[in-house]
Amino acid sequence: MSEHIVPVKVYLAIFLALLVGTALTVVAAFIDFPWRLNTIVALTIATIKATLVVLYFMHVRYGTRLVWVIVASALFWMAILFAFTFSDYFTREWLSTGY
Amino acid sequence: MIESHATTEGIHGHPALQHHFENMEQQREAGTIGMWVFLVTEIMFFGGMFLAYALYRSYYPASFASASNHLDITLGAVNTAVLIVSSFTMALAVYFTQVGKQRPQVICLALTLVLGLTFLGIKAVEYHDKYTDHLIPGRLIPSAPFGPAVQEEGQPLDHHKVHLLPGATLPQVEMFYWIYFAMTGMHALHMIIGAGLLTFLLIYSIKGRFDPEYHSPVEIVGLYWHFVDIVWIFLFPLLYLLGRHFEHG
Amino acid sequence: MQPIESFEVPVPPKVNYINAKYGLKSWLLTKDHKRIALLYLGSITFFFFIGGLYALMIRLELLTPQGDLMESTTYNKVFTQHGIIMIFFFLIPSIPATLGNFLIPMMIGAKDLAFPRINLLSWYVYLIGGIITIYALLAGGVDTGWTFYTPFSTTFSNSYVVATGLGIFINGFSSILTGLNFIVTIHTMRAPGMTWFRMPLFLWSHYATSLIMILGTPVVAITILLLAFERVSGVGIFNPALGGDPVLFQHLFWFYSHPAVYIMVLPSMGVVSELVANFSRKNIFGYSFVAFSSLAIAVFGFLVWGHHLFVASQSVYAGMIFSFLSFAVAIPSAIKVFNWTATLYKSSISYDTPMLYALGFIGLFTIGGMTGLFLASLAVDVHVSDTYFVVAHFHYIMVGGAMMGYLGGLHYWWPKISGRMYPEGWGRFSALVIFVGFNLTFLPQFVAGYLGMPRRYHAYPPEFQVFNVLSTAGASILGFGMLIPAIYFVWSMRYGRHAGSNPWNLPGLEWRTQSPPPTENFEVTPIVTWEAYEFAPPEETEVVGKFGPEPERI
Repeated sequence: MSEHIVPVKVYLAIFLALLVGTALTVVAAFIDFPWRLNTIVALTIATIKATLVVLYFMHVRYGTRLVWVIVASALFWMAILFAFTFSDYFTREWLSTGY
Repeated sequence: MIESHATTEGIHGHPALQHHFENMEQQREAGTIGMWVFLVTEIMFFGGMFLAYALYRSYYPASFASASNHLDITLGAVNTAVLIVSSFTMALAVYFTQVGKQRPQVICLALTLVLGLTFLGIKAVEYHDKYTDHLIPGRLIPSAPFGPAVQEEGQPLDHHKVHLLPGATLPQVEMFYWIYFAMTGMHALHMIIGAGLLTFLLIYSIKGRFDPEYHSPVEIVGLYWHFVDIVWIFLFPLLYLLGRHFEHG
Repeated sequence: MQPIESFEVPVPPKVNYINAKYGLKSWLLTKDHKRIALLYLGSITFFFFIGGLYALMIRLELLTPQGDLMESTTYNKVFTQHGIIMIFFFLIPSIPATLGNFLIPMMIGAKDLAFPRINLLSWYVYLIGGIITIYALLAGGVDTGWTFYTPFSTTFSNSYVVATGLGIFINGFSSILTGLNFIVTIHTMRAPGMTWFRMPLFLWSHYATSLIMILGTPVVAITILLLAFERVSGVGIFNPALGGDPVLFQHLFWFYSHPAVYIMVLPSMGVVSELVANFSRKNIFGYSFVAFSSLAIAVFGFLVWGHHLFVASQSVYAGMIFSFLSFAVAIPSAIKVFNWTATLYKSSISYDTPMLYALGFIGLFTIGGMTGLFLASLAVDVHVSDTYFVVAHFHYIMVGGAMMGYLGGLHYWWPKISGRMYPEGWGRFSALVIFVGFNLTFLPQFVAGYLGMPRRYHAYPPEFQVFNVLSTAGASILGFGMLIPAIYFVWSMRYGRHAGSNPWNLPGLEWRTQSPPPTENFEVTPIVTWEAYEFAPPEETEVVGKFGPEPERI
């Protein structure tokens, strides 16, 4: 079997990290950061948590390159959807006719 | 690119080997890649709703913050923890199957299922609270159209009333709840499907169908379950936490 | 060393996938990809006729400038339903679900697709989606245009939007399951020696198509659900009353629907690559360019959807980006056309029916593609958007392109699928009739559109009548032309000449097994040691392994 067996203590470490991340994000939500940092902090913590789940719980860290390419492509395509749609909404005001 | 695992040997051995595969390794690989490709479709599926959320949140920050603050942060956080534990037990279930320990395998699968149902139960409580506060959008429930009470200035804090931050309007709050129900509803539907899949797994697991040689259904359902967890990992801060730093008390 | 032989009188093989098991259950519960392909063939032909009936009604109404055949609301339903049926229930599944399903395992030397039961499920899902949609059409129809633009579809239309949306939503899963199956199959089930660059180009284009199905279909799925949710709840994200934007629907809708047109045309391009190489007995010119161009079309196709929103209040800056990218997406398609042409140059062309369709594709797709550039150009699009120019453009691609490839492929592989040859004379005749009828139908529409005739109107100013009369005349010829193959394909199943394993005398892997193939495709998994399109004299070709029973000599 070419399958990699992830040891329990790795799972345990990731699990605890996820719980800590959840607590952190709740605490950070009540702190009034300047500018848009609240959103950035929350999304960063969420992304780290998601990455841990993908890499370790979903075994991508130990998996083939094909799986990695599949995951990366999905994220890239979501980025396309967001980026190009926002390119419309965030530039509409640029050509304001002033009424 | 991946090299094919097809061989010219005849079909042998394992009762779970399907006739069109050359060997168990090829079958396992195909199943795993298949589930990952399916998860890509799920990512794009939820992606459309995240787009709508991101767009309108950027347009109506005060309304979205007000609406978000009315959600129960305790229930949301508890549900997040519940799903994280369930992901842990799911990963353990895969581990125990890989090392051939059937009893812990069954226990972990059962725990995952129970935790998933717990999540759904808490969600049902939350939805009921929305119903009693008249926050179900539009005329989805004709007898209870959208129309929450608004917290007036200087009055004692009423948790059933929506507190509108400066710049917030009620129609945009309704927009938030429309998106909230669409996203959490779709997520809950995926949880229900996951619970169904876990039930099947549990039954087969109790019957001893999975062993170190053949356990890809457990892995594959695990991938699905972790994905549903990841969606919630993003939904929780985006829906529940975004306005908390505006509220002081 | 066994040469490929095809000059004895062929005897039909005793056991093949068609007669291996009898009974309705053996077909309705089959896991054989070849039988599933036939199930799809029957269903999509059925839906094609329904879509064709709607087309007939459109062309009849447009014979005269007045709206005298039907009311405007009825006409709205007719063109909407023509679009929905043709796009979702004919064009998108057509080549992948029939030819793709049948050939992909054979071309890579596998016994079946990776997930045979999911393959069967995809057909049932397609049927359920189709039945729900037909119910919605019979119950009263839908009049929003196949594009379902908000706020008409969410708020003001009184037609069966939700039911039709549900049918399309379910049908989307059929697409997703097919694409998923193809991707996993091509990655994990190639026979030993079948490297990526030894695969026929048909496989490259189906792989690219499957990528689009996987990445795009879910977005239109959620969009339809959000549309239904908004319609049912009375409020929503596309409704200005809550601060929503109707154009957001268009973004989400076209994010899929533009790549969808590549789902419709890429498989056809794969067929054309096969036809051009095989019927000119020459290795395709620039194999890797053609292979990578399929991937490029799939990727670039996702970056251009905003060209459908040029006149929809989209930001002009976003419009400029989308316009530039829309020009860029034409490049990989042009690369294919150049490579096909270079293949034909100084080759040994045989003008059999499949080749006629391939040549038709190359010419008509080029016209369709070039008129697309007019539409990609921001300023010109303001003038021709929502006119018959657009209608003509996409019909050149979809009918002149995609359908020609489908018919060409059907003719080419018919002997493999059925074990019989179609009548060649009738084949060439109907190809010509279709070509003439098609051009007569849609060429006048370019002119009418450019002169300003709007689309989706049941009445029009009298100065456009001459174009419409020509168009309807052409449509009648086109319809007649397409009936002929329907008849002779059915006829050939009983009376057609038996085809041997390799009636065209070609090197492809699918021709190295009997016609029709046995259920497991090959007696022994082949080991591939040759490149795709290796045209060598029969005595020199080395064939390793056993590829099926010896043809019996009479």
